[in-house]
Amino acid sequence: MGIGEVSGWDWLGARLHGVREWIDARFPMSKLFREHASEYYAPKNFNFWYYFGALALVVLIVQIVSGIFLTMNYKPSAEEAFASVEYIMRDVEWGWLIRYIHSTGASAFFVVIYLHMFRGLLYGSYRKPRELIWIFGMLIYLSLMAEAFFGYLLPWGQMSYWGATVIVSLFGAIPVIGEGLAEWIRGDFYISDITLNRFFALHVVALPLALVFLVVAHIMALHEVGSNNPDGIEIKDQKGDDGIHPIDGIPFHPYYTVKDLVGFIVFAIIFSAIVFFAPDMGGYFIEHANFEPADPLRTPEHIAPVWYFTPFYAILRAVPDKTFGVILMGLAVFLLFFLPWLDRSPVRSIRYKGWMTKLALGSFAVSFVALGYLGMQPATTVYTNLSRLFTVIYFLFFAAMPFYSRWDNTRPLPDRVRGHD
Amino acid sequence: MSDDVDASRRHFLTVATTVTGVAGAALAAAPFLFSLKPSARAEALGAPVELDVSKLDPGAMIKAEWRGKPVWALRRTPAMLDQLVAHDAELRDPASEQEQQPPYAQNEYRSIRPEILVVVGTCTHLGCSPLPRLQPNGEEMGAGWPGGFYCPCHGSKFDLAGRVYKGVPAPLNLLVPPYRFLGESVILVGSDTGSA
Repeated sequence: MGIGEVSGWDWLGARLHGVREWIDARFPMSKLFREHASEYYAPKNFNFWYYFGALALVVLIVQIVSGIFLTMNYKPSAEEAFASVEYIMRDVEWGWLIRYIHSTGASAFFVVIYLHMFRGLLYGSYRKPRELIWIFGMLIYLSLMAEAFFGYLLPWGQMSYWGATVIVSLFGAIPVIGEGLAEWIRGDFYISDITLNRFFALHVVALPLALVFLVVAHIMALHEVGSNNPDGIEIKDQKGDDGIHPIDGIPFHPYYTVKDLVGFIVFAIIFSAIVFFAPDMGGYFIEHANFEPADPLRTPEHIAPVWYFTPFYAILRAVPDKTFGVILMGLAVFLLFFLPWLDRSPVRSIRYKGWMTKLALGSFAVSFVALGYLGMQPATTVYTNLSRLFTVIYFLFFAAMPFYSRWDNTRPLPDRVRGHD
Repeated sequence: MSDDVDASRRHFLTVATTVTGVAGAALAAAPFLFSLKPSARAEALGAPVELDVSKLDPGAMIKAEWRGKPVWALRRTPAMLDQLVAHDAELRDPASEQEQQPPYAQNEYRSIRPEILVVVGTCTHLGCSPLPRLQPNGEEMGAGWPGGFYCPCHGSKFDLAGRVYKGVPAPLNLLVPPYRFLGESVILVGSDTGSA
């Protein structure tokens, strides 16, 4: 190659640059990338807890892709559903892997979402001006619960069937309209082929669409106001010499794309270990009763929802009155929406809050986990009383928040994030 | 061309268009929401069933199928009715306090007419169908058995009002479905208001 000649790489680079310019004149490709990645300034002090948002997005994609491939062999009818899942497991090439990825992904989704939500509680990420991010997030959580519930009926096993029977009958507890509402949800007088067919439609079309839409709204709202951080202070308050970029902010790409990649690799190792070595996770991810086909005339010995619903199931069972139990269970989820307005603390992050908040958040976390455990156990007297105790603690966290968050001794906030430079 | 905009006229048109649009959207949504109700076929399969008890001798029972489950009608003899009060202490829920029956069957006989018992014949434990063991004592049930129902799957026992005994796996009394009498001897099972 002599002087004056252009190398092949330069030639290719120039062509690609041309293609990019051609697209950018017609669609804001580079602009979107700049705004949401290379020039989105995120606080430089993100820690371990900040992996889970990105991981939730990864799991969503994994669920959509594996779900599409399951749909190609699954048959949403009471006659054929159970057999078609067996067919996927036994006869479809790699079908077992795709199904185990999907079933493990469901539980993984809740693991990362619960940790992601707990991050928000730790660092006050729901506080003004991030209330809408939190509300979009809560709507994602609700949609995810509906998605998981509809999906769990599809294998048409005994636990699918009786779990759905129990959950739908909860709506029957609502006074006056309850029974009609339950019939409207089932489309029949009991969980039947009709119910299975509509749950399939909701699981594969309606809720995934809603989830994707809400995730876009969640991220748009986040990028509008900027990310919170473990210190709970606004990095936008300290601008650099150019007067535009926060001193304690770093571009999301490449810094956090690379950091999240490390988190993803660790997550993928754990995820794969479960898929390959313990896909049913000892009955926690796939309940053993579900290896038997649904039988409307025979109830399993012990009906328990999958682990991610058990905290709320424990609250339901802790209340002797069915209607009030249903209301309290709904309230346990619904109250989370109001956190931005219940928290009156002058600071966001747990790092600058006093012992009252730490005690409240700590006992809330303990009661959530304890209720999760109790929801899986048979309702003996001891367990029911324990469920009642933890239910009271769970609700006290919310009810008393306007008071302890105001009375608590807070520490002074720093000007810049801790550990800068 | 005039620059004058009639703001109130424009406002009226905006509101009128919005209201019409919302009303239209609500009406268009109705068919989709109604389509989720039980279909005509589901209604037909889940419709109330009639049971004719005119030819039922005292002490005999007949079965019908309602929503995939067996429903029993038993014509109890005066002797059977009399012994119902004798073993309350052995029952889990003798006064039928659990909601396993419509309000009109929450009485000592768990029925509208004392002699006719109507229950869903699936065990409240795991849904097996219990067997009628209507006669007192007998080889299988042993001495002291006042007559009732026995579930062969896990040994749950119920009396002649479908009330569950203590110390058996079934937690609840047998379910009394909604029902009513159409005339003297025909029972409509599955509805206590309409007709078949």
